[in-house]
Amino acid sequence: MPPVHAQDAPASPAVIRLNGVELHPDPAGVLVWPARRTLVVADLHLEKGSACTRRGAGTLPPHDSTATLESLAAALDRHRPETVICLGDSFHDPDAAERLDDADAERLRSLTARAHWVWIAGNHDPDPTPAFGGTVRRELHEGGLVFRHIARPDAHPAGEVSGHYHPKAKVRLRGRTVRRPCFVHDGRRLVLPAFGAYTGGLNVHAPAFREVFTGGFHAHVLGPATVYAFPGTRLSP
Amino acid sequence: MSADAASLPDPLACWFARRGWQPHPHQWAMLETAAQGRSALLTAPTGGGKTLAGFLPTLAELIAQPREGLHTLYIAPLKALTQDIHRNLTDPVAEMDAPVALETRTGDTPQHKRQRQRRQPPNILLTTPESLALMLSYPDAGEVFGGLRTVVIDELHALAGTKRGDLLALDLARLDRLAPGVRRVGLSATVARPDELMAWLSATGTDDGRVARIDGGNGPEPGLEILSTREYLPWAGHMAVHALGEVYERIKAADTALVFVNTRAQAEIVFQELWRLNEDALPIALHHGSLAIEQRRKVEAAMARGALRGVVATSSLDLGIDWGAIDLVVQIGAPKGVSRLLQRVGRANHRLDAPSRALLVPANRFEVLECHAAVHAVRQGTLDGEPLKPGGLDVLCQHILGMACAGPVEPDELYHEVRHAQPYRGLARDDFDDCFAFADHGGYALKGYRRYRRLQHDEQDRYRVTSIPDAQRYRMNVGTIVEAPTLAVQLRKGRTLGEVEEFFAQHLTPGDTFVFGGEMLRFERIVGLTAEVTRAKGADAPKVPAYIGGKLPLSTHLAERVRGILEDRLAWRELPEPVAQWLGIQGWRSAVPGREGLLVETFPRNEVHYLVAYCFEGRNAHQTLGMLLTRRMERMGLQPLGFVGTDYVLGVWSVKPPGTAEIETLFERDILGDDLEEWMAESSMLRRTFRNVGLVAGLIDRQVPGREKSGKQVTVSSELIYDTLRKHDPGHVLLRATRQEAAAGLTDVARLDQMLARVQAKIRVHHLERISPLAVPVLLEIGREQVHGEAEEALLAESADDLIAEAAAPELDQASLPLD
Repeated sequence: MPPVHAQDAPASPAVIRLNGVELHPDPAGVLVWPARRTLVVADLHLEKGSACTRRGAGTLPPHDSTATLESLAAALDRHRPETVICLGDSFHDPDAAERLDDADAERLRSLTARAHWVWIAGNHDPDPTPAFGGTVRRELHEGGLVFRHIARPDAHPAGEVSGHYHPKAKVRLRGRTVRRPCFVHDGRRLVLPAFGAYTGGLNVHAPAFREVFTGGFHAHVLGPATVYAFPGTRLSP
Repeated sequence: MSADAASLPDPLACWFARRGWQPHPHQWAMLETAAQGRSALLTAPTGGGKTLAGFLPTLAELIAQPREGLHTLYIAPLKALTQDIHRNLTDPVAEMDAPVALETRTGDTPQHKRQRQRRQPPNILLTTPESLALMLSYPDAGEVFGGLRTVVIDELHALAGTKRGDLLALDLARLDRLAPGVRRVGLSATVARPDELMAWLSATGTDDGRVARIDGGNGPEPGLEILSTREYLPWAGHMAVHALGEVYERIKAADTALVFVNTRAQAEIVFQELWRLNEDALPIALHHGSLAIEQRRKVEAAMARGALRGVVATSSLDLGIDWGAIDLVVQIGAPKGVSRLLQRVGRANHRLDAPSRALLVPANRFEVLECHAAVHAVRQGTLDGEPLKPGGLDVLCQHILGMACAGPVEPDELYHEVRHAQPYRGLARDDFDDCFAFADHGGYALKGYRRYRRLQHDEQDRYRVTSIPDAQRYRMNVGTIVEAPTLAVQLRKGRTLGEVEEFFAQHLTPGDTFVFGGEMLRFERIVGLTAEVTRAKGADAPKVPAYIGGKLPLSTHLAERVRGILEDRLAWRELPEPVAQWLGIQGWRSAVPGREGLLVETFPRNEVHYLVAYCFEGRNAHQTLGMLLTRRMERMGLQPLGFVGTDYVLGVWSVKPPGTAEIETLFERDILGDDLEEWMAESSMLRRTFRNVGLVAGLIDRQVPGREKSGKQVTVSSELIYDTLRKHDPGHVLLRATRQEAAAGLTDVARLDQMLARVQAKIRVHHLERISPLAVPVLLEIGREQVHGEAEEALLAESADDLIAEAAAPELDQASLPLD
């Protein structure tokens, strides 16, 4: 069967302009800031599998951290950034770092060695460990952008880049419904999709997003090789 | 014990005598085998006194030797059936003044009563496979079941070969350890392979000759009639709306009619249409599995009172419950299988001596052939005989955990025990060990994960579940019935009407109207797990309900017979004129498919090239083949655009025309190799299957103590788990179970493989200039499956007329060509 074509799929990399800064949403779910050779990623949720298992929700396959770190390594290979910013909830819970097995711990160390690495604190990991390398920050202000875990509707919106909500878009195409993770933005704020292998999502029309994006918004929906841009009004609740 | 009245204890003999009854010969035979301590399989048609036959030995024994404790366990596939049997046994037991305590136990039984039943079990307990599994997971199972003498399994044909049957077989193996030598009695409709059911019943899991076969006869041959409609016989579609006027007349002429349909969508349309025609305001009701339970109970009660003249029902009414006065069964749409048809027809006149009366109403031309094939099969007494499948590994995972909840489990012993269950007779030790490892710690390639084990083990290498939450989790999720995630349908600020598949609800936009429970509803919004609706006003046409529910593929047996009719021109004489003509024109325009080989046609249409293959292997197999063919065509550079599979035919269309050599390559058997692997791994079908396997095996929960997880969340996380597992642990036991299940079920690979083997070097390719008559229905399906909404009906009708005119291309042609 032919793939589903989104008509407005761009030929060259998609561009989001945020507070005047040019950013590239990557189909893998990472954000690239070409001018600063920076790669931004949100919500890795490392060791979510073992956390659920420990809580007694069945013995989930433990390979999620491996899967997440391998995908991240592939993104680094493609973009070769000088700086990597993890927007919080990198570790699923405060003990997650200790549960990483040796191979995954090594994978993580070799990743942080490849770039200037910043861990932003999240609600799942209020105190992310620097044990694997990198530096820890609450927030990061850089070249007209501010990076934090959760969007702050009370703060000045211009140039805010955050994660936390795991945005997902629902698109109807000729009777079939596609649900995919996506980037959401309104030119001032941007929320990244979750990157972790076991992370679910929240529809961009959910009430939680209404506080973040008070006017209209756009979504860049992840595809296998490209991202598809949609105005929020074209997405289903 | 000899076969005379003297061998019945007095109260029982008197009870028969008071009624002027004699036990049936098969009932005597049951008493005899019981006296020998043998297990037995009783096959008899519906209404043959089967259930009483099953209980007679128990009643006789308990009357002769009253005792405390559990004597007989009765297991039925439906809760309603246990209640029905309870009612039917209570009166005779009271009349005989027999010292027999009799109770039901199902998911509805209150907690205090269930606890009391474990302390003081009744003599006869009527229950379901799931409730039995639950009872066996408690440490006191040995005391409860230690004195058990007999297990009666009702409707065995409906359980064996399913996951529920697998679970039950494993539980029977456990019962045999708790109560060695316990007798098993299977009650079944007549089946094509009784030897398989005997093996299933045997304590060794093989057909070892120890299970007595008791034949309750076939009953009188049912009176089957195929409706030859006065109306225009449609080319495609499944609703048979054209014939409902005639169906209504038959309902009017009968006392009480049961109108069976194949899908819930059909049920809604047929019900709606019958009421539109219902000028006499006959009490006609609707019964299907999506309706709220109270509503279904109401319909069943009204039926039992004789207050209804007709009920439109899906397979939710297929099994067992005795309605008494039904004198007509109508089957709308093709029956799909012979056994299923007989089961349904048997619902009329639930008595052994009176023949059932049934009317088959084909909805389109292919269905006419299928109905004729089914009637031939019934007359010749042949049945669908799909062999039983090996037991599911996911069910085994669940069972292992259940046994470890009951007490310490020694793996070698348990392996030995489960191999006494017929579905697991051939279970490899490696598979067992993997299932055991899964139950224990997930069995993942990552060894470090074993710190999260669920089973504690002692010095003797015995394993058990010690954590109370783990045991609770198991018990809340016991069973193998996995429903598609559903949303409740609720009137705004009003009552709940039933439920629809989440899949269906997602396609609705606020303002859409659809028919549900016989009412026209307007979709408003989804709130949590509820689809909020209002009653639609005005006479706008509804959006056709697209929720499918219960689409069964055509059985192999029936497919063979359809091919037989096509080949045998003499058999066409009994077909309605339009159908015989249709086949005739097909004969000279192209060829008529037959028993042997495979007919493939190609023709251009609207600048696209069609390939139509007459496989007759059922919808699932055709969908799979369609996926595989288009992949291969893509590589050949034919630029395939799409495909559609019906129960009979596969149609594929492409930019470039496939030549004969290419077509032969397309249908080579190796198409089931790498392509299949690759596609299966990516297909959403496997994801859905994985979700079911994960739910049954206990990887993901249906219910977590203290919080209900929505179907939606389960779907999301099972997909993510599937992707991760496939990449990092491709040999994991649950992935193997998923592939095994998909191969037999949704993808029907096994059937496809048999077909491809059969047709090698026997492919007849006909390159036509335009569409052939037999290809019209599948092309009409293309429109049906892709177009949605209201305007599309008109579009559909328009294209339908087009196609038919083109294919039939009038008498002129016919006259100019020799007809054979």
